[in-house]
Amino acid sequence: MAKPTDLLSRPKVIEVTDLVAHYGDRMILRGVTMDVREGEIMVIMGGSGSGKSTLLRHLLSLEAKTSGRVRLLDQDIDDLSPVAFQELRKKMGVAFQSGALFSSMTVGENIMLPLHEHTRLDRSTMEIMVRMKMEVVSLAGFENLMPSELSGGMIKRAAVARAIVMDPRLLFFDEPSAGLDPVVASALDDLILKLRDAMGMSIVVVTHELESAFKIADRITVLDHGDILFLGSVEEVRDHPSERIQNLLNRRTEEEVLDPDEYLRRLTGMNVGDGGARAGNVP
Amino acid sequence: MAADGTARNTIHGLRRRVESLGRKTVAGVEELGHGGTLFGESLFWLIMGPRRRQPVRLDAVVAQMVEVGIGAVPIVAVLTATIGVMLAIQGIYTLRTFGAESQVTLGIAYSMVREFSPLITGILIAGRSGSALAARIGIMKINQEIDALRVMGIEPVRFLVVPALVAMVVMLPALTLFGDLIGLLAAGIYVSADLGISLSAYADNIINILSPNDLWHGLGKSVIFAILITLIGVVNGAAVSGGAEGVGRYTTRAVVHAISAIVVTDMLFAFVVTRG
Repeated sequence: MAKPTDLLSRPKVIEVTDLVAHYGDRMILRGVTMDVREGEIMVIMGGSGSGKSTLLRHLLSLEAKTSGRVRLLDQDIDDLSPVAFQELRKKMGVAFQSGALFSSMTVGENIMLPLHEHTRLDRSTMEIMVRMKMEVVSLAGFENLMPSELSGGMIKRAAVARAIVMDPRLLFFDEPSAGLDPVVASALDDLILKLRDAMGMSIVVVTHELESAFKIADRITVLDHGDILFLGSVEEVRDHPSERIQNLLNRRTEEEVLDPDEYLRRLTGMNVGDGGARAGNVP
Repeated sequence: MAADGTARNTIHGLRRRVESLGRKTVAGVEELGHGGTLFGESLFWLIMGPRRRQPVRLDAVVAQMVEVGIGAVPIVAVLTATIGVMLAIQGIYTLRTFGAESQVTLGIAYSMVREFSPLITGILIAGRSGSALAARIGIMKINQEIDALRVMGIEPVRFLVVPALVAMVVMLPALTLFGDLIGLLAAGIYVSADLGISLSAYADNIINILSPNDLWHGLGKSVIFAILITLIGVVNGAAVSGGAEGVGRYTTRAVVHAISAIVVTDMLFAFVVTRG
C-alpha cells in the first residue's frame, strides 16, 4: 500500500469536478469532486442509494451527467470525438457485478472479444493472449466452458480476464465481492492487489464490503446521499471521529442508531414518551 | 353536496383517463422515434463502420442468417404448403359454382405470391426470430452485457442490431421466395389430383400468369416486414426492465406489435401498390 503523500505526488488518471447527476427529477450526485492517482486503488463506499454505482457509471461514461467535468487519462470526455473516445475506452476495463459475460459465447471467446474487435491479431496470437490472461486470474483450462457452467467466483475472475485482456490503464470493479463466500472474496481481493502491483493499473472499486475495502484500498471515498462525506487513506477513514461515517462503514442504519422512542416518533409523528402510541395502547 | 361529489369524481376520473391516454400516446410516439433512430443508426454503422474502425462482422451476419433463415426452412415449408393446398381447395370449391374451376390457378398464383407467402412467412419469423431477438437484447440489458459492450468500445447497435437487421432483410425475402415455390407446388399437386391437370401444365399456367412485378410485390413487402420485425424486437428488448418477468412481458409485446405492424403494413402496401 502506497503512503498517501507518495500517492498525491503521482499524476491524476481520473479527475471528477462538481459532478451533478439526476435520474428523472431525483438528484443522485450533488457536485462530487474527487480524483484517482496513477497506480492507486481507490475504493468508493457508501450505503444503498448513496450514489456510488451512479458515480461509477459516470466514470465509465454510461450515463449523461447534468453538469460537471470528468477527465480520464488527461482527456475531458466531453471534448473527445467518437473515434478518440473509442480509443480511450480501449484503455479501460470493467468487471461488472454480475460478470456480464456473453452467455452465447464460451469463456475464451468472451475474453477474446475485445481483441477480436479492436486488433488485427491472428487467431493463434489471440488464443495465446487469452490463455495468458486466464492464467493471471487462475482460470487456465476453462476457456471452452460456457459462462453458465462456471461458479460465481469463476464468472467474476473470467470477467476480470476480459477486462484486462487489452492491458488497460484504468480498471473498474463493481461490487467484486458481492455474492461470494469470504474465501473466494478474499482471493479476488488478492487478485486486485496483484493487478495493481504487477501490471501498474489504476483501479477503482465500488464496494460495501468493509473488510475488502480496508484490505485493498490506498484511499477510500465515502459517499452519502450523493455527497462525498470523506475522502482519505484507510487509516484516516477507519479512525475518523465522525459518528456518521462510522455508522455508514459499519452499515448501521439510522433506525438502529436512533433511540427507539425517537424512531417511533418519526414514524408516527406522535410523542411516545407518555406511551400514547405504543403498540399496546393502539386501539 | 352528494351531486357535487359525484361531479367531482366524474371529472377526476375523466381527467385520469385523458392523462393516461396522453401518456400512452407520448410513449407510443417515443417508441416510434426510437425505432426510426435505431434504423438510422443501423444504416450509419453499416456504411460508416469501417471508417470508424468498427466494421460490421460478416461472421456475425452469417450466424444470424443461419439462425433466422435456415432454422425456419422446415416450418415455412409446412405452413406455406398447407396454405397452398388450402387455397386450392377453397378456390376449386368456389369456382365450381360457376363451372370455372380450371381458372383456380389464377387465384392461387396471385394470392400465394402477392399475399399469403410474404404474410405467413413474416408472421412466422416475427414469432420465431423477432421474439428471440427481443429476449436476447432484454437479457443482455439486465445482465449488463450491453453496458459491457459500450465500455469495451464496441458500439451495441453495430454489434447486435446491424447483423440481425441485415440477416433479416436478406433471409425473409429468401424464405418468402422459398414459400412461394413450396406453396405453389403443394397447390399444384392438389389441383392436378383434383382436376386431372398435369403438373407441368399447371406450372406453365403459373409462369404465364405471374409477372416479375407480382414477385417483386411479395418480396418488397417481405423486406419491409424484415425491417419492422427487427426494429420492434430491438426496441422492446431495450425497454426490458424488471428481471426475468420483464423479459417475458416485452418478448410477448414484441411479437404482438410485430404481427400487428406486419398486417397493417400489408394492407397499406397492397392499397398503395394497386392504386399506382
